[in-house]
Amino acid sequence: MSVIQRRGAPPENSPGASALSDGHLPAGSGDAAIRIADVTKVYGRGPGAVHAIDRLSLTVGCGEFVCLVGASGCGKSTLLSIVAGLDTPTAGQVDTAGRRVAIMFQEPALFPWLTARRNVELALRARRVPKQERTRRALELLETVHLGDFADKRPHELSGGMRQRVAMARALAQDADVLLMDEPFGALDAMTRDLLHDEIERICSERALSVLFVTHNVREAARLGDRVVVLSSRPGRVIEEYDVPRTGPRRIDSASVAELAGRVTDRLREEMRRHG
Amino acid sequence: MASTQTSGAQTPVTAEVSAQPSAIAGLDSLELGPARPSAEPGRLARKAWQATWPKLLAIAIVLGAWELFYLSNFHGDSAIGLVKGPGTGLANLWDQMQHAQLWQAIGTTVQTAVAGYLLAMIIGSIIGAIVSRIPPLRAATGSIISGLQTMPSIAWFPFAIILFGLNTSAILFVMVLGAAPSIANGLITGVDYTPPLLLRAGRTMGLSGIALYRHLILPASLPAYVAGLKQGWAFAWRSLMAGELLVIIIGHLSLGILLNNAQDNQDLTSAISIMIVILVIGIVVDAIFSKTDRTVRRRRGLLTDAQSI
Ligand SMILES: Nc1ncnc2c1ncn2[C@@H]1O[C@H](COP(=O)(O)OP(=O)(O)O)[C@@H](O)[C@H]1O
Ligand SMILES: [Mg+2]
Repeated sequence: MSVIQRRGAPPENSPGASALSDGHLPAGSGDAAIRIADVTKVYGRGPGAVHAIDRLSLTVGCGEFVCLVGASGCGKSTLLSIVAGLDTPTAGQVDTAGRRVAIMFQEPALFPWLTARRNVELALRARRVPKQERTRRALELLETVHLGDFADKRPHELSGGMRQRVAMARALAQDADVLLMDEPFGALDAMTRDLLHDEIERICSERALSVLFVTHNVREAARLGDRVVVLSSRPGRVIEEYDVPRTGPRRIDSASVAELAGRVTDRLREEMRRHG
Repeated sequence: MASTQTSGAQTPVTAEVSAQPSAIAGLDSLELGPARPSAEPGRLARKAWQATWPKLLAIAIVLGAWELFYLSNFHGDSAIGLVKGPGTGLANLWDQMQHAQLWQAIGTTVQTAVAGYLLAMIIGSIIGAIVSRIPPLRAATGSIISGLQTMPSIAWFPFAIILFGLNTSAILFVMVLGAAPSIANGLITGVDYTPPLLLRAGRTMGLSGIALYRHLILPASLPAYVAGLKQGWAFAWRSLMAGELLVIIIGHLSLGILLNNAQDNQDLTSAISIMIVILVIGIVVDAIFSKTDRTVRRRRGLLTDAQSI
């Protein structure tokens, strides 16, 4: 049988698959970390209004890694901003049940006047971690992303991949349960991205983070996700979900990843054809 | 786990790189560039020389032009005949430097400069901070500030003298009017141009209110603020010189007074000496501001090494 199950396909006899249906949780994942219910976002009003998201519903289970793919401009960044509380939906609700939410952007968004360590320390300070502890914790977090030796460098002295690692350490410093990532590796070369995939996978599973990961790279989504969610063209809605059972280590060039990526790509193509 | 798995599809070179456990593997490591060379003495000396020779050359050109002008002797008996060569001129300056009078004048002028500039800095910063926080005020004061900046400060003196009389307050008043708008403007520009992405990052980190200002908006505004401070100084120094020439205070010895005395005595050589002193003070302070400006920008990676001599 195929290792990839398509949502809405007839349930197979594995226990997990039978409980799946749109808008519900995968079985066995406990309660939801993020519950997005009928969220609509319209920018502006009148004839010039942009309908960015249309009644989008999506649930991310605790400890689940959900990848969101969709054409550019379909409202992925808008959705993450809303979940992060940086923006408000026009209609609908987002519920993270009081969980702490951290967000990473395509650009590292580090403070250029602070060293890597101080960037991480500032996040700790914002959560009122006592002063004596901050340095130690910041160094630990930089160790986690293998940047212990670069703690006293400023962002402009680091490479793009290293900056993104610092941003990751800073996100972890927020001690969030939910991590939102908006094309965090989009600006990196393929090899660096590969390394960071391994790291993000390790860190997220070690810390049992619930992740909503936006990408326009279908292979990346297939490589990382427990579930790949495909959005329609603007206004964004969920049009397809693919579950990826955890069957052991995956690589970007694994056969199963390629197969899923192919199917997701076909679905996206179909969607784009429909919208011309 | 997954990182130990290698794939056969890759070329030997890439396989080797991706097998490295190090954080900086990947093409990405090429971006780092060579480490900054350490500051060994030979390199320092070369750097110092590179920084000084243009200045030495500039001085040589000025003195040379002065000497040529003197030697050409085209002026005959006219007033220009009062111009002596650089040798005589510099001797006069040296002579003046032996007397307490010049130093006393420099002391007074520098003191007024510091007082006026600090006042302008405080007032400008407060106005800038308030205006940048209140959007309607921001919209309204933009044109007031740029209007003030286009007004030549010397035009304020009659007003200031009527208001304060012939004393230092009148000079300070005009200095503040000249410098504070630039300083306020620098701060406002800095706050306006705080990158929105950093603001979003700061807000998700939980920075808000005072902490957001202290840890994000103020440091982000620093380069524009320093630029404003530098421009403010230029305006303040100009206003001060104009003030010292116009506002003659009895029994008050300043560089402006010395210039005035030279004018009254038709003593061109002394006038030139005082002008050189004024020029040197201006250049030194400007160099301090430029250095600060470069340091701030280099620390943020806004300056390449080639520019940072
Ligand atoms: N602040 C905004 N004001 C108006 N329109 C916006 C704004 N932000 C995004 N949009 C529009 O909303 C749509 C979705 O944008 P975005 O969420 O950035 O898409 P994606 O991240 O999927 O590429 C786009 O058409 C974009 O132009
Ligand atoms: Mg986007």
